[in-house]
Amino acid sequence: MNLDDLTRTSGEWLRGTGSESDIVMCSRIRLARNLATYPFTNRASRGDKAEIEREVRTAIARVDPQLHYLDVHVLNPLDRQFLVERQLISRELMTAEGPRGVAIGPEENVSIMVNEEDHLRLQVMHSGLSLHEVWERINQLDDALEESLDFAFHSQLGYLTACPTNVGTGIRVGVMLHLPALVQSREIEKVFRALHKINLAVRGLYGEGTQAFGDFYQISNQQTLGKSEAETIRTINDIIPQVIEYERRARKELLENRRQNLHDQVSRAYGVLKTAHQISSEETMHLLSSVRMGINLGLIDDLEIPTVNELFIHTQPAHLQKIQGRHLEVDDRNVARAQYLRSRLANGRHQAN
Amino acid sequence: MREKCQRCSKPATYHITDIERGKVSEYHFCDEHVRQHLAQPAGEASSAEAEPGGALKAPFKAKEPTRAERQSCPYCQITFLEFRNSGRLGCPHDYDVFRDELLPLIENIHDETRHVGKVPRRAPQSSLRHSELIELRKRLKQAIEVEDYETAAQLRDQIKSLETPTER
Repeated sequence: MNLDDLTRTSGEWLRGTGSESDIVMCSRIRLARNLATYPFTNRASRGDKAEIEREVRTAIARVDPQLHYLDVHVLNPLDRQFLVERQLISRELMTAEGPRGVAIGPEENVSIMVNEEDHLRLQVMHSGLSLHEVWERINQLDDALEESLDFAFHSQLGYLTACPTNVGTGIRVGVMLHLPALVQSREIEKVFRALHKINLAVRGLYGEGTQAFGDFYQISNQQTLGKSEAETIRTINDIIPQVIEYERRARKELLENRRQNLHDQVSRAYGVLKTAHQISSEETMHLLSSVRMGINLGLIDDLEIPTVNELFIHTQPAHLQKIQGRHLEVDDRNVARAQYLRSRLANGRHQAN
Repeated sequence: MREKCQRCSKPATYHITDIERGKVSEYHFCDEHVRQHLAQPAGEASSAEAEPGGALKAPFKAKEPTRAERQSCPYCQITFLEFRNSGRLGCPHDYDVFRDELLPLIENIHDETRHVGKVPRRAPQSSLRHSELIELRKRLKQAIEVEDYETAAQLRDQIKSLETPTER
């Protein structure tokens, strides 16, 4: 896999297809697994990590030859950041030390991180609200890996993980939602409080501890012990339609009571993105969010959702630098970003790559 | 969270696990009583606990590592104190080595202490059936709670059929 080729494509999860895709960006499940006979990654020696990597890599190749393994340890910092921006690896794996890697499936639906906080972090992502398909896929993958790997499992506590917060199923079920109207109406805090009360977490686009860029929020479970995978998926699946309903209601209210203002805001956002000559990542995300909602509400009709989804990712720092093929400091990036946006949003109908 | 405050009838929003010399004490308080608890002078409480501000972290901050905290895993050599500081365990054996210290913590995080769900196919059959039974019994309880007797009857049959082979 040539990482430079990826700059011309985007993951399936950005396609904007599938159920409720005007609000649901993608569904994602991850499983944490560890090999029974090695220390956890943080306590593993370099030699241990190399052996873990070798064992897991062999198992992955046997399970699915289409999974392409990247040795993160030897990648340059820009490529590592590029993978983070594409949601294929975590910040933790980017900054970790020693032998480690990631196996990536075609269309970027599957990624298996090796030697992250746990020896294996399996992840499957799919556009739209599609947790059942995602679970089926990741469950099969886990079964297949388990045929040749001996996972640490405890009869009382389930799958054992480096951090007790993941012990049990080791599952995190998350749905990424675009909630601009709830942010504007300031009702989002209420929704968050309600979710926290039932032990669900809300995070930004790039997971733990990150800001909610572009009004994207990921809702996921926190508890992994004493609740089966099916029950955890059910809980999330039951709550998401309610959040979607709140967002739709807030959008309807905006349309009914503040149509002029809304139309103005959306059109200005689109205008700035099409014409600016320097623009920060933050402003880009903010404006793209308005444009995305504008398309969904029929206020913009010459732009496709997948293009906007892709722009959220392709305007990130590492993507821009890879697209330009050179290192860029912040100021240069702001110029390059504006130039890239102008070229992608030039007149006429816009297609995703 | 399920517990009520142990000093009044309000729901407990703070769950404190104190581990001193291997002895685990659990407390459950509402917003008001947690302040009283943490502010209480001396006795068992360390001086750090009496300090306002740092109070919430205090129960985990022993003055000196206790014997339990100094105990180390024979496989990966991590001590419980090191785990306390980093939040990460050293190896799968730690769950048994530090079992007494970990279980209260795990219960605080998950409200449960027993795995329900997937079991590796290579795990012994008994453990597989065991886990399945726990899940079915839990669903049976839920079905009865919502008075869904049809589902409850089906679940009861499933449980029976799973229980039979163990008696063979």
